[in-house]
Amino acid sequence: MAGLKPERLGLDDFADQPISICGKAFRAHKSGALYWPAERALIVADLHFEKGSSFATRGQMLPPYDTRETLAKLARAIDTYDVETVIALGDSLHDVRAVERMNARDLEGLAILQEDRDWIWITGNHDTVLDKRLGGVVLNDVTVEGITFRHEPAVGAVTHEIAAHLHPAARLKMNGTVLRRPCFVGNGLRLVMPAFGSFTGGLNVLDEAFHPLFDSDGIAVWMLGQEGLYPVASRMLCGD
Amino acid sequence: MAEARQTSRRQKRAALSSAAPLATEAPSLPPVIDDWFHRKGWQLRPHQVALLKAAEARQSTLLVAPTGAGKTLAGFLPSLISLSRPRFEKRGAGLRVLYISPLKALAADVARNLITPIDEMGLKIRTETRSGDTSAARRQRQRTHPPHILLTTPEQVALLLSHPDAGFLFADLETIILDELHALAASKRGDLLALDVARLRTLADGVMTIGLSATVARPSELRAYLVPQPQPDTHIYLAHLVTVSGGAPPDIRILEAETAVPWSGHTARYAMREIYDVIRSNKLAIVFVNTRMQAEYLFQELWRGNDDNLPIGLHHGSLDAKQRNKVEAAMADGSLRAVVATSTLDLGIDWGDVDIVINIGAPKGASRLLQRIGRSNHRLNEASRAVLVPGNRFEVLECRAALDAAEAGSQDAFLSRSGALDVLAQHILGMACAAPFSPDALFAEVRSALPYSDLTRLQFDRAVDFVATGGYALRAYDRFAKLKATDDGLLRVSNARVVQQYRLNVGTIVDTPLLKVRLISGKRTRAALQGGRPLGDIDEYFVEQLTPRATFVFAGEVLRFEGLRDTEVFVSRATASDPMIPSYGGGRFPMSTHLAARVRGMLADTSSWSALPEPVADWLRLQAHRSVIPEANEVLVETFPRNSRHYLVAYPFEGRLAHQTLGMLLTRRLDRAGAKPLGFVANDYALSIWGHGDMSDMIATGRLSLADLFEQDMLGDDLDAWLAESSLMKRTFRHAAVIAGLIERRHPGKEKSGRQVTMSTDLVYDVLRRHDPGHLLLEASWADAASGLLDIARLGEFLARIKGRISHQPLSRVSPLSVPVLLEIGKEQVYGQAHDALLRDAADALIREAMGDI
Repeated sequence: MAGLKPERLGLDDFADQPISICGKAFRAHKSGALYWPAERALIVADLHFEKGSSFATRGQMLPPYDTRETLAKLARAIDTYDVETVIALGDSLHDVRAVERMNARDLEGLAILQEDRDWIWITGNHDTVLDKRLGGVVLNDVTVEGITFRHEPAVGAVTHEIAAHLHPAARLKMNGTVLRRPCFVGNGLRLVMPAFGSFTGGLNVLDEAFHPLFDSDGIAVWMLGQEGLYPVASRMLCGD
Repeated sequence: MAEARQTSRRQKRAALSSAAPLATEAPSLPPVIDDWFHRKGWQLRPHQVALLKAAEARQSTLLVAPTGAGKTLAGFLPSLISLSRPRFEKRGAGLRVLYISPLKALAADVARNLITPIDEMGLKIRTETRSGDTSAARRQRQRTHPPHILLTTPEQVALLLSHPDAGFLFADLETIILDELHALAASKRGDLLALDVARLRTLADGVMTIGLSATVARPSELRAYLVPQPQPDTHIYLAHLVTVSGGAPPDIRILEAETAVPWSGHTARYAMREIYDVIRSNKLAIVFVNTRMQAEYLFQELWRGNDDNLPIGLHHGSLDAKQRNKVEAAMADGSLRAVVATSTLDLGIDWGDVDIVINIGAPKGASRLLQRIGRSNHRLNEASRAVLVPGNRFEVLECRAALDAAEAGSQDAFLSRSGALDVLAQHILGMACAAPFSPDALFAEVRSALPYSDLTRLQFDRAVDFVATGGYALRAYDRFAKLKATDDGLLRVSNARVVQQYRLNVGTIVDTPLLKVRLISGKRTRAALQGGRPLGDIDEYFVEQLTPRATFVFAGEVLRFEGLRDTEVFVSRATASDPMIPSYGGGRFPMSTHLAARVRGMLADTSSWSALPEPVADWLRLQAHRSVIPEANEVLVETFPRNSRHYLVAYPFEGRLAHQTLGMLLTRRLDRAGAKPLGFVANDYALSIWGHGDMSDMIATGRLSLADLFEQDMLGDDLDAWLAESSLMKRTFRHAAVIAGLIERRHPGKEKSGRQVTMSTDLVYDVLRRHDPGHLLLEASWADAASGLLDIARLGEFLARIKGRISHQPLSRVSPLSVPVLLEIGKEQVYGQAHDALLRDAADALIREAMGDI
């Protein structure tokens, strides 16, 4: 196709990006959520509710607004798509006592989001048990249409899996500027989702923790910006 | 705030005593000290006498003196007399004199210079230093068995005061000596020190302060800093003042080089030969630069042309302490001919017989220049000598203005400031660590410190609440509170971990993370990144720019980047003679308002141009011909087309920081006006915005009004909107959060704890802005931004000053005056730009690759 120059796309074209896993079509959203149109399901990872108050119990008084912030972001993602099912991929609570510290208004906000739709809590290492007050169904993992959703990615060259836990982030070096952002990372057969919680950090996708998941296949990375989600070539990334 | 609002009884007394003829009625010295003066063949100087008399009356005093006047000895003399008297009834641990300086090196230096006279006098006075480097055992011992004289830094005093035994330790304290007070007072460290001194006054009844300062524009603010302010709403009390006048006027000249001064840049590369000649014709020169990068570059260049193999050293804050000590020792024993240094050598450390100071680049402030010049010659009656080397044409103007100011003896104003709330929060926690406190009593004590004299009870209570629970509008953390009320209404810390947290996080200096640089053999493979000689510390952001095998200059050597492991950077020696020179990040200090006014005045006064080098005068004449020369009280705005773009250049002369903020705000407004701005660049003197819209035409046809563009209300909504996303604001917030104790400091060895656990303060900032916009830390960062990084206060004054005084020149091409700022385009990265543009470019690159340009 000689002479075809890629046009700079408008901002709306970057709001979400198609991602295919073992032939199933998903849309990854700039917020860090993943939408599965065929199942009308929204998948979010590592919400870490009450991380702020968890630090406060140990004397570091981080702001108590992270749960509220995360819920608001989640509500916006749910509104963007026509969502029938929400799957939270584990570590939804920062610790097992988080619900006791949750503000009543936030619990109500969550209950409103759960009205008229199915809600699946996958357990994680931070939330091995989930309080009944959170509603929804609690599972260790779930398989839908051949795709398995679990918190910790299985070790080895597993396929048909969408997981979380690692909080992937990518570091882009370009034009003398370095930018570190959360990202989706996958290889077409499995995907690791970015942490959705508002107080979560990230682990560089070039870290050795990712090596056993993608071995020599190479990785595809989509970085989260303010206004969009951007596919970035892995050779442009650098370690910390 | 700190202008003396009303003279008090105390001040009148002070004024009387300083008017009295002092030198004639010298107080009698104790025989041991008198003998020592005789043996030295010295006599008491008038200011020493004045200080002794004030001390006898237990009056706190500010001693203002130029370098070389024997400030330090004068400051300690009253204490030496008191300590030489045998009768003393110990109530506490026996610590009698506390000397506090901004640098631990300065404390060590003073200790050396003090111990000699004490030994020669045969006095039994124990003098010790205390800093972060002092061994734990020694520090522990100093708390129970302190010396008579302790020399230390503000942070160490804060730590000592946070111990329950502080009352016993300081019960015998008679005198607090605050050295280099002019450098310390107007900063967050100065706020912390003021609070600590207020506490010391509570612990040691009748303690006297002696402040030592270089010449300042308005000593009254430092005088008020030295004494308690019991009625801050109605009276500002002042300490006694002793001024040492005189000293020979400094001998300053601007270096004239064969090569014409370049249009832009700060490296002074054009004058390297002449700088070298100055070094060769003097015994010991200090070459001052403004940044570490400049120091490295200049050092490299000097050695490149060092035909005589002169011993030239390098000294800056990032170097390893061992390396710095070596250079300092070499200076002291006279085995060096020149030292290239940053402001680490600004302060009053006496490193030997410096006979000339070479200042590279613009001095940025008249006082700073005088301070630096004072490093040459420590004898009062001989002229200090200095050579100024401007880096570019605008700096020629600035050097000329600074030189005129130095000759006229005029100084930059010392800025009065309100004490920072983050520092107050840290202090409150420290006081709680020492003992349960009464909020009423602590509030009164805090208000007695000058920086906090206008603190309201509401602000204080909010700070206490912040310390206890984070101070959030959503009362979520009351049950985890760090401060708990006792039955008798006092507040105490809730557990021992709180105390430990405080001690690890004390202080107001928040550095960008530093990484240790280690030199290894270049033959080693990446697998062997270990060991190696430490060369110093380097900013993390700098390392981020390096690609493996890239060469750069550090510690005066060309090094190759081998790799990074944990918190250590491994480098090897490179043979490349042409290293990838890191770009110069601009002067760290904005030009002072005083100096800026002088530059504007000189520019407007064509008769003063004859004092400038010919190429510079020619340049200004050309500007007068092609455009106009702005009047001293107006701002010139030029618009012109160039390479199918349209430029707007303004010349406010308010410093890079204020210009960057202004550039951001003007860009937003021009965007709204439809001028389609594309970018902007700022230096210390001017800023330039370019875009697609023809701004000359827009102004001519009334579609754009310059008066509206520069309207003061831009500091309202536009500023808010921009600040929200500004990375400078986020950095300011991080500093405040660390100082206030919300975020813990990163300590060596603790960084490895996994990146996914740590979160950036940016997230905290964003969340607070949305959910708790009135939070104490946001207020504290706003106050910092106003005076610090963003220079909003100065920008506000500028906008008010130029109201109705904008001179617009539509031009058909680039003006001569605009060339320096246009040359900066592409050299510096503009803060605050949306990162999405970068990500989009990266995505485009991927798309291009995928489509294939066959």
